[in-house]
Amino acid sequence: MRFTLKKDKSGVVVVGVEGQLIVGNRQELKQKVLDALEEGSRKFVIDFAKTGYIDSSGLGVLVSLSKKIREQSGELRLAGLNADLQTLFELTKLDTLFAITRTAEEALAAF
Amino acid sequence: MTLQLQVTRNAMQLDVPSDLGMVGDAVELVATHVPPGTLSPRRISFNLRTALAEALGNAIRYGTGEDPARRVTVRVELGGDFVRIHVVDDGHGFDSRSVPDPTQPDNLEREYGRGLFVIRHLVDDVAFNEKGNGISLTLRAV
Repeated sequence: MRFTLKKDKSGVVVVGVEGQLIVGNRQELKQKVLDALEEGSRKFVIDFAKTGYIDSSGLGVLVSLSKKIREQSGELRLAGLNADLQTLFELTKLDTLFAITRTAEEALAAF
Repeated sequence: MTLQLQVTRNAMQLDVPSDLGMVGDAVELVATHVPPGTLSPRRISFNLRTALAEALGNAIRYGTGEDPARRVTVRVELGGDFVRIHVVDDGHGFDSRSVPDPTQPDNLEREYGRGLFVIRHLVDDVAFNEKGNGISLTLRAV
């Protein structure tokens, strides 16, 4: 399990989530994104292409980050959800809260 | 801190310290010891792992207050076509009926309160003990 942060040439921060996003590691992700926000980044993509599962604490931290980024006039997009994760977002209705694209590349192109 | 899973032919048991950082390792330990063919790999990969992480996270955070001196017990029944996971803490329990619907518009942007809702959608049956400090999750082969 680890998180990777890369900034593309237009300044969008792409966060990769490898393994799982759960109660035990959500604060690490939150802090990394908040640090980037504090340093001036405003556009974020969280890429779940290498993510196995997300629990409700993981979902909660995404909701929290989305609010904090919006408060700074920024934007958060989610990408790379597999079929099970997509279903999780739909049943919790969080798919209505987030801009979700199939791939990180599509998310970057949409900014 | 090392987790020690006790495994017999039809059951497993694991004591997990009340530390949220242990949830991921505990989930992996249980999930990787479910006998092949009991559930589909996809249900083990997603449904079982997510539901167990939810149940353990709730027990550690709310049941035992993240006190590392306390323990949460995970007991797993292994049937031919089902897996039943019991997660029990030594806390005071809670009333599962008091949890609001997280999909209501007013609750959608709340950070917490989705755990039970998610569990109910991922497993075939959810039951609580009388005190409310134990949850049983049943996943059946489909």
